[in-house]
Amino acid sequence: MSKVKNRRLKVVGKRVPRTEGADKVTGRARYIDDMQFDHMIYGATVRTTIPRGRIVSVERDTAFDWSGFTWVDHRDIPGKNIVAMIVEDQPFLAVDRVEHQTEPVALLAHADRARLAEGLKAVRITYQEEPPVLDFETATEVLKELSIARGDLAAGLALADKIIEGTYRTGHQEQLYIETNGMIALPGANGFPEGVTAYGSMQCPYYVVKALEKLFRLDRERIRVVQTTTGGGFGGKEEYPSIVAGHACLLARKAGVPVKMIYERHEDLIATTKRHPSIITWRAGVKSDGTLTAIDIDMRLDGGAYMTLSPVVLSRAAIHATGPYRTPSVRIRGRVMKTNTPPNGAFRGFGAPQSQFAAEVHMDRIAEVMGIDPIELRRRNLFQTGDTTATGQVLHDRVSADEVLDKALAKHRVAHRRSKKTKKLAGTGIAMFFHGSGFTGGGEVRLASRAGVELLPDGVRLLVGSTEIGQGTRTMLAQIVAESLELPYAFVKTIDPDTAQVPDSGPTVASRTCMIVGTILQRASAKLRIELGPYKSGDDFKKRAKALLKKRGTVVIIDQYEKPGEIEWNDETYQGDAYGAYAWGCNLADVEIDPLTYEARCTAFTSVIDIGRAIHPLLAEGQIEGGTLQGIGWALFEDVVMKNGVMQNANLTNYIIPTTLDAPHIAVEIVENPYPNGPFGAKGVGECPIDGPAAAIVNAIRDASGARLDAIPATPERIMKVLG
Amino acid sequence: MKLTVNGQAHAISAAPGKRLLDTLREDLKLTGTKEGCGEGECGACTVLIDGEAVNSCLVPTCQAEGTKILTVEGLAQNPRWRKLQKAFLECNAAQCGICTPGMMLSACALPPQPTLQQIRVGLAGNLCRCTGYVKIYDAVKKALG
Repeated sequence: MSKVKNRRLKVVGKRVPRTEGADKVTGRARYIDDMQFDHMIYGATVRTTIPRGRIVSVERDTAFDWSGFTWVDHRDIPGKNIVAMIVEDQPFLAVDRVEHQTEPVALLAHADRARLAEGLKAVRITYQEEPPVLDFETATEVLKELSIARGDLAAGLALADKIIEGTYRTGHQEQLYIETNGMIALPGANGFPEGVTAYGSMQCPYYVVKALEKLFRLDRERIRVVQTTTGGGFGGKEEYPSIVAGHACLLARKAGVPVKMIYERHEDLIATTKRHPSIITWRAGVKSDGTLTAIDIDMRLDGGAYMTLSPVVLSRAAIHATGPYRTPSVRIRGRVMKTNTPPNGAFRGFGAPQSQFAAEVHMDRIAEVMGIDPIELRRRNLFQTGDTTATGQVLHDRVSADEVLDKALAKHRVAHRRSKKTKKLAGTGIAMFFHGSGFTGGGEVRLASRAGVELLPDGVRLLVGSTEIGQGTRTMLAQIVAESLELPYAFVKTIDPDTAQVPDSGPTVASRTCMIVGTILQRASAKLRIELGPYKSGDDFKKRAKALLKKRGTVVIIDQYEKPGEIEWNDETYQGDAYGAYAWGCNLADVEIDPLTYEARCTAFTSVIDIGRAIHPLLAEGQIEGGTLQGIGWALFEDVVMKNGVMQNANLTNYIIPTTLDAPHIAVEIVENPYPNGPFGAKGVGECPIDGPAAAIVNAIRDASGARLDAIPATPERIMKVLG
Repeated sequence: MKLTVNGQAHAISAAPGKRLLDTLREDLKLTGTKEGCGEGECGACTVLIDGEAVNSCLVPTCQAEGTKILTVEGLAQNPRWRKLQKAFLECNAAQCGICTPGMMLSACALPPQPTLQQIRVGLAGNLCRCTGYVKIYDAVKKALG
């Protein structure tokens, strides 16, 4: 690899066209709802309407004409009625227990969608209701608990001149991909009539395979999952598509024809996973010069009714909970509580946005109490290269927290002209953050992801299960392979992830695809070069490729994740190298508040992030800009109103995401301090942009108006309440 | 009913109340027009009817009778809109791409050489969750500015 480092990069770092871009701007791209199959019918889900209790009966109205309908309930499940995830607690179809509203009970299919809707109305579930647990702050059932400790907390607190406490709350957030969840299931797969095939919108084709294996008690070769063009995910299509695919496949197997299930927006909002609400209490020991002597954090997340991915969300939340700050003694305790609400799950940032919101609002509180400038306070505590994190990880690679702070301050001054005289209250807020790339702790070792390349007469084809969901995965991986092979970008072909053709590259989550899968592909490419022998040009490559293919028939090289030697992690003590690499970031937000309506608007925003290397600068900027605005939405508007355990504002009229008129001018600067184990130095970029905006905005609101909000979203009602 | 879509005349028989969105997608197989919410909030289904940007999920097909409809599939026929498609591609204005057809159609209804503020107002009915809108402004300015 050292040879690669020394030459000028020709594809990496360049703004090549997206592999699938032309299809997207011409309308040719085929999303799941654009696909048709012969004899295809439509499926729908019968859901519970109480938050907790027992199902007494599920009845179909005898006066209704049920001809042409396919009905599926738990008795039709050939395998295990369990959604394969971390623990086995969530059924595909409820049997007799109800743990939350919108829980699937039965499935219907019909060739006519209008009839299908009428059929849904003709099903009646009767219940024996039980009192639900709806408030996670007072809930008592713990789904998952963990604690991280380093140093002597009591001694650290004793060293402090002041102990400063604060409690912070964040609410649900909906991923709000513009394409709702959807699947088409076909009976049969890979030549086996008893198999099942699922096409659809998803982030993790092999998660779906694992779920179908268990649901149908089928071996892997009888299951085929194909990701179609996916209209956004943001974590929301990490685990839930397994449920949609399972349901569609159950219907398709019973009906014997393809079944399309597309969620309407309302259904997608009330039934699918959201960001975990949080309550986080900070207790910080601070010396009079602002130095932190101890950090004690207690966090609670609302898991909803089932475990889903909550243990790993909690883990990422806890590991990032100190923010990018050093302290000799730290204790972080976290719990995920069970409530009778729809399960929460993966959402960009995966717990880190919640815990770093608390950290950064608390840093401003410390600054205020100690009478120190907030920026200066941060400077005195930021991680430096060689420092140790809460899990005992020594930060050997370059820590660029200071650098992104300096660059953000400079950029913010230059990029945004301060608005002229305004009757509004104006202020600026800061937030700093870090974000680990890849699975936490030993996660990557357990995943053992595989990816590779297939030699073609005129190039190579990527064999990778990582999904393109808008972030540019396919383009970026093609660039890494082209650069590794020293071939033009156009020589690298890509295909839709189809489990009949591509290996399991692990889920497309956790800011892991570029750094982890990119490295595997880089290694596979290096091995292919050895097979081919030296070539001088693209034409020369083609000659050698043709000759090798003639000799061998096919040339496929699949490589597997290898843990860099220096990474060590202990799952028992929760100590060690939590992540191979961290991105470092700084946000600055300008906010104006209308003194009459108390409406807060973000008018200008700056985000500077060290991502190691931007494989494609334009795509990386797109990730940062999009993640930033999603964070601004969470900070200011996005409010999931729950009543009796179900979302009340389940439409886009009342669940507000930022429009062009709400979006501030966003200035982005990418810092590149290469990570030695990442492809061409790259770390992750997908999640970190959403870690900072909420705190930057809340801190700006304080600067503008004196209102200290300890909770988001910062709605006019909330600001008015604080300002009195 | 007679509809002219992307310059081509079609005679279709559909229930008059059928959503124009469904008529385009199902009867004419023009699946480039997307459904995001079905209630006129997200703008993914935007098409031009006689030059005006509308949410096709809110338009009964009968209302479009005799009009000229432009969808994403027709953009390539016009050099100005071809330029817009190219700019969306080059500027990374299309990430997941599901809002892109509607976004581009709304951009087609903008005044010539739009200012940033005109772009923001003109695209306010089109939600995008991927881009933060920055690259979309870049693309529209590049193509139409």
